[in-house]
Amino acid sequence: MTLASPLAALGRPVLAALAALGRVAIYAGQTFGALFSKPFYTREFLSSLLHVGWLSLPVVGLTAIFTGGALALQIYAGGQRFSAEAVVPQIVAIGMVRELGPVLVGLMIAARVTSSIAAEIATMKVTEQIDALVTLSTNPLKYLTLPRVLAGTLTVPLLVAVGDIIGIMGGFLVATGQLGFNKATYIQNTLDFLEGADVVSSLVKGAVFGFIATLIGCYHGMASGRGAMGVGGATKTAVAAASVLILAANFLLTSVMFGS
Amino acid sequence: MIELANVTKSFGSNHVLRGVNLIVPKGQSMVVIGGSGTGKSVLLKCVLGLVRPDQGLITLDGQDVAKAEREAFLARFGMLFQGGALFDSLKVWENVAFRLLRGPLKRPKAEARAIAIEKLRRVGLVPETADLFPAELSGGMQKRVGLARAIAAEPEIIFFDEPTTGLDPIMAGVINDLIREIVSEMGATAITITHDMTSVRAIADRVAMLHGGVIRWTGPVKEMDVTSDPYVQQFIHGRATGPIAAVR
Ligand SMILES: Nc1ncnc2c1ncn2[C@@H]1O[C@H](COP(=O)(O)OP(=O)(O)OP(=O)(O)O)[C@@H](O)[C@H]1O
Ligand SMILES: [Mg+2]
Repeated sequence: MTLASPLAALGRPVLAALAALGRVAIYAGQTFGALFSKPFYTREFLSSLLHVGWLSLPVVGLTAIFTGGALALQIYAGGQRFSAEAVVPQIVAIGMVRELGPVLVGLMIAARVTSSIAAEIATMKVTEQIDALVTLSTNPLKYLTLPRVLAGTLTVPLLVAVGDIIGIMGGFLVATGQLGFNKATYIQNTLDFLEGADVVSSLVKGAVFGFIATLIGCYHGMASGRGAMGVGGATKTAVAAASVLILAANFLLTSVMFGS
Repeated sequence: MIELANVTKSFGSNHVLRGVNLIVPKGQSMVVIGGSGTGKSVLLKCVLGLVRPDQGLITLDGQDVAKAEREAFLARFGMLFQGGALFDSLKVWENVAFRLLRGPLKRPKAEARAIAIEKLRRVGLVPETADLFPAELSGGMQKRVGLARAIAAEPEIIFFDEPTTGLDPIMAGVINDLIREIVSEMGATAITITHDMTSVRAIADRVAMLHGGVIRWTGPVKEMDVTSDPYVQQFIHGRATGPIAAVR
């Protein structure tokens, strides 16, 4: 054991992660390029809209309503310590819209959509369906990846918007039902406090997270190893990578948009 | 004409192809035989560009396949994969008509469906199968759907990877006749991989045996039985003892 070996042990995974990030970036570029050449597979796109967007609504709604409710309770309890419990509507709104809405929806999409995309494409890979697509003159990047990534980028912001609203509603229900807030004042305070920039940041984050979640799912599915182990490995790696990337992107976006 | 010159392919330390030379003339039916795991499927995938050979040259009508315009090149091919490789999110008829529902060969849905049902009939499947999903079919039925998909757009060159494995003898006979018919009536060029010696005799114009990463023997099907090559003799008679080790 030399002095340098702990450094090497640290350096190797970092280098590997950077190389992987580079490959993902190239893949993202190719996907983006595929947007500008024919054909565009409309049917696959519509089906992706359904699976990524519409069918994720229940999960997003449930996540948001419980989070909003818990947030209201925490802010009330915490605020009471310096008699600032009246700020519940404002903090719930800003917390949901700026951070928790996009992050939680992003993570739920990573769990629900990234995993299913990765498993589906990996299974197609190991059963030679991807090879079959190629021999049938169909570019998998256009047929499989682009529709999913486009659907993710377009629908996840909408899911985030829905999550924001439902989360605020969760806070509203708890605050008015349990903590004695006046309904009209609560809504008024929320609306007065939120700014356009908060909402825009929420949607931008949603689009970026939707892009990451679907792209990573496709990428790891395509890179799957052979057999059932390969599919399992691809799915696991995809969900972990998408979640970490979403959190990292969230930090970056927050620093850029609110860091000054 | 498809020509492979000195093609090699390794997966890590597994040297699968070690210098394959093979010529398949236009309009002929070539059958490739050889032990399990010798690289027959890899060979076909190399020609299609699904696997990139390490060395060597593969040409189609004199043109390097690696440099060919992919879309136009692949449009000339049909391929039956060993495992069927049906798209399980699509119905049987949509699988068969895949090429006819999109891309340059696109035609109206009803017409594509009619062609699909006709191709299904040719591989011995009733029209009712058309609206099922691949997962609802038996293994042999999936294989035949894969075959129907490979021939649906009437390609010039067709690769069949074990078209009759998993089929009953009667169905195997139907498929053998179909492949023979496609070659002699439609003038297609075919490469078929099979372990079934009845199929070899029914389908082949020429036979090539892959062993040890090279084409060990090739010749007209008539000469297969009389060749003195001990590898071929052991293989076609299915003897456990001989130059080919039983444990590989
Ligand atoms: N993508 C791959 N990665 C790693 N090894 C591979 C890959 N594809 C094939 N191989 C290896 O190449 C060898 C030949 O495989 P191939 O599928 O061509 O055999 P085959 O001759 O078609 O056998 P069978 O008659 O059983 O189908 C095998 O040892 C297999 O493990
Ligand atoms: Mg094989």
